[in-house]
Amino acid sequence: MFPLNIRIGFFLAVRALRRASLWTTGLIIFVMVLTFLNLVVVSGILVGLLQGAIDQTRTKFTSDVIVSALNDKEYIENSPNLIALIATLQEVESITPRYREGGILEANYKTRKEGDKANTAPGTIVGIDPAKEDAVTGIADDIVEGSFLSPGDYDQVVLGHYLLKQYIPIETPSFSTLENVGIGTKIRIKVGDVVREVTVKGILRSKVDEIALRAFMVDSQFRSMIGRTDGNVTEIAIKLKPDTDPIAVREALELSGAGTYAKIQTYEDAQPQFLKDIIATFNMLGNVFSSLGLIVASITIFIVVFINAITRRKYIGILKGIGIRGRAIEISYVFQSIFYALIGSGVGLALVYGFLVPFFAANPIDFPFSDGILVAPLDATFTRVGLLVFSTLIAGYIPAWMIIRKNTLDSILGRN
Amino acid sequence: MIEVRSLKKTFVNGEIETPVLKGIDLKVADGEFIAIMGRSGAGKSTLLYQMSLLDEPTSGEIIVDGRHAQSMPESEKVQFRLSEFGYVFQDYALLPELTALENVALPLLMKGLGKMLSYHEARAALEKVGVGHRLNNLPSQLSGGEQQRVSIARAIAHNPKILFADEPTANLDNESSHAVLEIFRELHKKGQTIIMVTHEEEFAIEAGKIVRIDDGRIVSVEADR
Repeated sequence: MFPLNIRIGFFLAVRALRRASLWTTGLIIFVMVLTFLNLVVVSGILVGLLQGAIDQTRTKFTSDVIVSALNDKEYIENSPNLIALIATLQEVESITPRYREGGILEANYKTRKEGDKANTAPGTIVGIDPAKEDAVTGIADDIVEGSFLSPGDYDQVVLGHYLLKQYIPIETPSFSTLENVGIGTKIRIKVGDVVREVTVKGILRSKVDEIALRAFMVDSQFRSMIGRTDGNVTEIAIKLKPDTDPIAVREALELSGAGTYAKIQTYEDAQPQFLKDIIATFNMLGNVFSSLGLIVASITIFIVVFINAITRRKYIGILKGIGIRGRAIEISYVFQSIFYALIGSGVGLALVYGFLVPFFAANPIDFPFSDGILVAPLDATFTRVGLLVFSTLIAGYIPAWMIIRKNTLDSILGRN
Repeated sequence: MIEVRSLKKTFVNGEIETPVLKGIDLKVADGEFIAIMGRSGAGKSTLLYQMSLLDEPTSGEIIVDGRHAQSMPESEKVQFRLSEFGYVFQDYALLPELTALENVALPLLMKGLGKMLSYHEARAALEKVGVGHRLNNLPSQLSGGEQQRVSIARAIAHNPKILFADEPTANLDNESSHAVLEIFRELHKKGQTIIMVTHEEEFAIEAGKIVRIDDGRIVSVEADR
């Protein structure tokens, strides 16, 4: 009995769709595509905004795995051996050891008159091997003024843009920046009791706060500045070969005993807690928007099918009159709804994966703290397709059920 | 085959009650061709709808093949309409998105016949009523007379016991009306039971029995014509 109803329902649905107005069909599918995009893209952009920040932090700061000093230590003990060990791992593509200390940067000290406020900014001073750093993070590409460091660039510095007032024109007591500093300006860097005059060689712009607040020097000079002669560094960023699992490398390093001397984290482990909280919040918001989108989609389909069923009430009456079972008629409307949902989702999928995801990957949205991309994981997207089809199915069934329950003769004669 | 006893039908609209059938008694035997006549509003179509199980009477009995309609669940009435009855409506009542062939085949498919057999039977019925050349045309591509023939083909394709026709010629020109009547005459000759509502005397005389209704009551039965 039931398969026969399905057969007849399918028979009626196919013919209703095949001979429906192209405009009407196109409009309904268009609405479904917009609904699908609303479900996938809105939450995808929200999550992508943060994913962009995560990607930036991974690419420009932590790389795939970051090894840093233990919480109660200023540097990683036994660093040379650890660096040598990391270099032997076959999964590793390149590494960049960094020396890091807090310091004060000062400009215009020569022209400052007595009583004038010092032109200073706190920053993180980082000593790097320019070639190794660039190999891991591609930092040279972020230079917006001047140029990046070369291995022999003594007494030269590259500043993150958060250290300069012309890039961050805000004035708060807790956040100061250097004024009137550009390429070629001489500034003083003070680390502990050691002060060194250096020339600004380049300015880099980064959406990763940790990088934007850093001043980069050549490691050999910085080492002498801070008196670190043992080769112990503060952090080591490790770039892995493509398709390597960072967790596997972290575990391999921990197994080798490196965890005794250093904190070993994947890029995900190293995400700040606030970022993890925001991701969870945005995911929740995305789900709320998706739920609203689903409700809107359901109501849209309900209205479309209801109007369709109301205008076809006479024909529904005729079908019942000539002995077509109500269930078969309901199924025909359900099939039509599923058709609209599937085609709408299909077009939406093609748009998302054929155009929008590659487009935003190539042209990220320029948010202040992130290059926002569109995040649309296949499993989550197909879950949403399933939800859309299911809600559409229900939304298509209910109005058909309502009309079919009406008196057959009243339907045929158009009586209320 | 079908018997109506003390049949009453009253339409209720809010507090207004409009009695349309006020106690009808009628028997229709196998193979009879009955014309139900009367002026507009006399209740002839309402009587046809009650007899054909398309509507529920207010009171009275309808007995079809010994079965009391009042005791039938809706699913059984649907089965009766599908298997035992055929309907021809005044406005043809064809489904606009189905071709002539599909319109006729649909009830056969619903009966569980295979697609091939359903289409074969549908084609035969359409050829029988003279529209075998319009199989793949949509109703909108057919004239009124052709649509009514398709409607008749749909009504007879499954060999119903009773063919109900509600003013089948009302929307047709004279030529098409006569063609439809000719089909009914042929069907009757072959033993088809037909109950037809009409207000046209010219067509009613085709029937073996004329039942005249006025103000919800049968005023005369002219039999053995």
